[in-house]
Amino acid sequence: MSVVDAAEIERVFREESGRAVAVLVRVFGDIDLAEEAVQEAFVVAVRRWPSAGLPASPAGWIITTARNRAIDRLRRESSRDERQAQAHLLHAESEPTEKRPVSDDRLRLIFTCCHPALAPNARVALTLRLLGGLQTPEIARAFLVPEATVAQRLVRAKQKIRAANIPYRVPSAAELTDRLKSVLAVIYLIFNEGYTSLTGDALVREDLCAEAVRLGRLLAELMPDEGEVLGLLALMLLAQSRRAARTSADGALVVLADQDRGLWDRTLIAEGQAIVRRCLRRNQPGPYQIQAAVSAVHSDAPTAANTDWGQILELYDQLIAIAPTPVIALNRAVAVAEVGGSAAALDALDGLPLDRYHLFHATRADLLRRLERNAEAAEAYAVAIELATNAAERDFLQRRRREVLAK
Amino acid sequence: MTQYLLSVYLVEGEPTRTEDETQRAYKQVDAFNAELQAAGSWVFAGGLHPPATATVVRMQNGELLTTDGPFAETKEQIGGFWVITAPDLDAALALAAKASEACGGPVEVRPFQEEPEG
Repeated sequence: MSVVDAAEIERVFREESGRAVAVLVRVFGDIDLAEEAVQEAFVVAVRRWPSAGLPASPAGWIITTARNRAIDRLRRESSRDERQAQAHLLHAESEPTEKRPVSDDRLRLIFTCCHPALAPNARVALTLRLLGGLQTPEIARAFLVPEATVAQRLVRAKQKIRAANIPYRVPSAAELTDRLKSVLAVIYLIFNEGYTSLTGDALVREDLCAEAVRLGRLLAELMPDEGEVLGLLALMLLAQSRRAARTSADGALVVLADQDRGLWDRTLIAEGQAIVRRCLRRNQPGPYQIQAAVSAVHSDAPTAANTDWGQILELYDQLIAIAPTPVIALNRAVAVAEVGGSAAALDALDGLPLDRYHLFHATRADLLRRLERNAEAAEAYAVAIELATNAAERDFLQRRRREVLAK
Repeated sequence: MTQYLLSVYLVEGEPTRTEDETQRAYKQVDAFNAELQAAGSWVFAGGLHPPATATVVRMQNGELLTTDGPFAETKEQIGGFWVITAPDLDAALALAAKASEACGGPVEVRPFQEEPEG
């Protein structure tokens, strides 16, 4: 029998609570009740596991314990004629715990959490809370918002789910594509929040990336035939592979071209590239898959100079045909610069409605710098610095600005 | 089953519809209403006269206060509504999409509180 300490119990619950909450939401038809039940099971585990040891199937133990505790409580309450409790009990008694594979329950819960009728920031908070097993203070720290704000978002969202009767099910085939977009957007937003913000608690940020990848893996396991689900997972894995190379020892931002490629995580790259190849074979491209393919081309290059920019430009041409957004046009312009020269790329940037986006000005500045139009470059850097919110990015831009001013 | 209020908002100052457009919207709404009734989703519906025809009454300390015009002082006012019944929000939103298409305006979907029983 292994020794089970408090930290281990917490780890197990964090890992398994999404599964347990998902099953119990189905069983009781109520999110709050499911959460409370899992919390009660946690209290029992803290008391029992240190002496009794870890159960053979912790997930099964949590679900059974939580379900029994909740049913006991509901029985007590319904004997006092509380109608809500009677309704939940009735629901629970008609829902066997193991009716379908547990994984279906998590998939249903993801779609509920990411329902388009909920506010985007509430979708993120609910997903992290119910499926990721994060506590409200952790979510607040990760997004640099007050705890009370997150708590309120969660309460409101759960109230709306209950009052408006937001269903707990995987959407029908006809709705799936649209609804899946919202789920993928939530997961990618969680990842980006952890990846691009270098401010705040670094450890929590890293957790956010790990959580997004975990959700991405879960979704890929549950919906292995959805190309975009695979594409998003590959995109996150390949971005994650460069994590160690993205910042220098003093915390400064290192752009892709200047990164020490020896620091890239080869295991993540291999996994991401394998998924990209699988997507290519399926040949049902979508925005996430194509962006993952671009990332895979970068991962292939032993040095920045060896990057196959021709292939990247082709991918961006394909991407812009299906998702003609200004930000993608901006990214495409970066590839144009490498293939057709900086002047052609500047032309491609002309007229993009991205005046308020710091990377638009940073990209323009970089192209002007390469064309040795230093005064104009310095001016563009200044605008980019003013718009950038991330300290590490701002430092990088300031460094570049000083360089062009010195020329 | 949950009951939902689908309200149609009219924005004051937006160009008024031509007679043809109005007639077409009426026809489309009639067809949609028939569809709701056939599907068993219909509870009640109606179009309203303009907000200027509204009157607000308020009992305050036993005294009746009557004022002319709508209660909310905004440009957006309810122009009509449906009360429907649907198994869940997804079903209600799908009906609301059809309602919006039929009447040619945005439709707000809001759940009713459950009726207190017995």
